[in-house]
Amino acid sequence: MPWFKKDKYTTLKPAVMRDRIPEGLWTKCEKCFAPIVTRDFEENLNVCPKCGFHHKLGARERVELLIDDGTFEEMFTEVQPTDALKFVDSKDYGSRLKAAQKKSGFDEGVITGTGQLDGHPVALAVMVFEFVGGSMGAVVGERITRLIEHAADNGLPVIIVSASGGARMQEGILSLMQMAKTSGALTLLAAKKLPYFSVLTNPSTAGVMASYASLGDIILAEPEALIGFAGPRVIQQTINQILPKGFQKSDFVLEHGFLDLITERGEMKKNLSIMLFYFTGRKGDRFPEAPEEIGSEAATPVDEVVEAIEPATADEAS
Amino acid sequence: MAITAFDFEKPLVELEQRIQETEQQEPRDDVALAQLRDELEKRQREIYAQLSPWQRVLLARHADRPHSMDYVNALMTDFIEVHGDRFYADDKAVQCGFATFADMPVAVVAQQKGRDTKENLVRNWGMSHPEGYRKAMRVMRLAEKFGMPIIVFIDTPGAFPGIGAEERGQAEAIARNIRDMFTLQVPVICVVVGEGASGGALGVGVGDCVLMLENSWYCVISPEGCAAILWKDRAMAEQAAQHLKLTAPDLIELGVADDIIPEPLGGAHRNPDDTYVNVKQKLEEWLMKFVDKTGDELVAHRYAKFRAMGRYLETGKEDV
Ligand SMILES: [Zn+2]
Repeated sequence: MPWFKKDKYTTLKPAVMRDRIPEGLWTKCEKCFAPIVTRDFEENLNVCPKCGFHHKLGARERVELLIDDGTFEEMFTEVQPTDALKFVDSKDYGSRLKAAQKKSGFDEGVITGTGQLDGHPVALAVMVFEFVGGSMGAVVGERITRLIEHAADNGLPVIIVSASGGARMQEGILSLMQMAKTSGALTLLAAKKLPYFSVLTNPSTAGVMASYASLGDIILAEPEALIGFAGPRVIQQTINQILPKGFQKSDFVLEHGFLDLITERGEMKKNLSIMLFYFTGRKGDRFPEAPEEIGSEAATPVDEVVEAIEPATADEAS
Repeated sequence: MAITAFDFEKPLVELEQRIQETEQQEPRDDVALAQLRDELEKRQREIYAQLSPWQRVLLARHADRPHSMDYVNALMTDFIEVHGDRFYADDKAVQCGFATFADMPVAVVAQQKGRDTKENLVRNWGMSHPEGYRKAMRVMRLAEKFGMPIIVFIDTPGAFPGIGAEERGQAEAIARNIRDMFTLQVPVICVVVGEGASGGALGVGVGDCVLMLENSWYCVISPEGCAAILWKDRAMAEQAAQHLKLTAPDLIELGVADDIIPEPLGGAHRNPDDTYVNVKQKLEEWLMKFVDKTGDELVAHRYAKFRAMGRYLETGKEDV
């Protein structure tokens, strides 16, 4: 059964999920501390119904939120982590990886694959904050790079949802080089005039922000997400000053010109869907009432359509 | 000697002092002098043959170590500095311009530390703001437009973490540079001369080749930063350095660096002139590998080079 109805995105938890959560369980909002019935909290996509604070959303739930039911095909799961440096702090990195896999239920810091968003074929990456803070090591970099290359080869728009504290320290210089690899791959996508939407969620900082997360043709963020290069604590220690209120939060970043728009979680799919139409010239399921197709994926080669529409690309913007 | 010495250098400094004293004695004891010189040579070889990663980090930060502009001044002629990102400011933590090297005009991007506190206040200890990365890209695009190779000297403890840097988009500036360096249609030669700290270094570090001085380091985080996070104690930096694999030989092994530029015994600061000779030779050698390539060949080669970086397992199964 469909988890999400096609045209309603604010109250979305399916009945089957509702039945699993026992009555009487409560969740406390991290921001306003209001007690919320857990069932209501999850129905509202982990957004506090009182103050609107966006709590973290699991990576699988994010895929389900954005991708049409039953259309997501996960790819590049064959790429698996290894302890390349034989890194040891209080634990060896190999054991840390195993523990993280067990604890999070994810094999690494990103889910990549293809699916449909309101009928638009897309390549999607969702970073897994549950796995070592969504940190970017060789597996995250390789899966995202393969996804972008796959999208460039197959004419797919790319959506990357970031949730990451930065690079995976235990992979040393190799984690840093994932910033280069992924950013380089985006030049291939731009050359094909395929759009890339970067979606920033709490937190999106450091290594990912200094690479692909900052390079979207369009950059969307959820409200109140922490977005920046250096972490607030590092900055505070360096300059020895109290940081301004709201520093590095979505509103602040938008005010300073580095976000296209802030979008509430419940509106994210709709906004992406509309822009996918604008940027690819292909209509998804959202515009069935439109009188005339500008181009349909089956009938018109992507290149021709794109040529006719001439969307802005990263290259042209720079 | 006036130069500062680390603990592991102290025996050498003592020997050097004794040699100086013996030289000045009347009459001079040539036998003793020869013995002392042999001893110095022997001890230097012992000490520098087994430098720990942490000792290399210390050498890379040595107060008397040649900085980027020292190489520009020693290796190149007629350097003309250009300023500003044409948008906000002139970031003095990176110096950019044009010079003659190997009989051709080249563009220079030089991350520059100061020699003392006063200079460092100007240079911000080699830590750029966004406008530094934007200035560098402006100059690199000029180089591309007029067909000049680009030589990048990397030496930074990191991009500056501050309020203004965040307000003006530090992350965006670095990300854009990383991406756009992949598209440059001219040769880009990067050489890490001191510290290559994280995104601050990579923001000017996407080159056709990455060369490293023997006692430079390049990593995703400084040993102190890593120690503070993983050991909750900055004092564990030595331990962190041991594990991070951040030395030049490590980066060759990991497929990130292409060549090591040897330093004179004792490190670059003990003999800058010989260091300049070595850097000049390697820079010319690597530049010549790329000057005759077409723009498209360079771009394809650069992408393939960075595309291959990273180690992971590749399993046969489709589902995990
Ligand atoms: Zn609340």
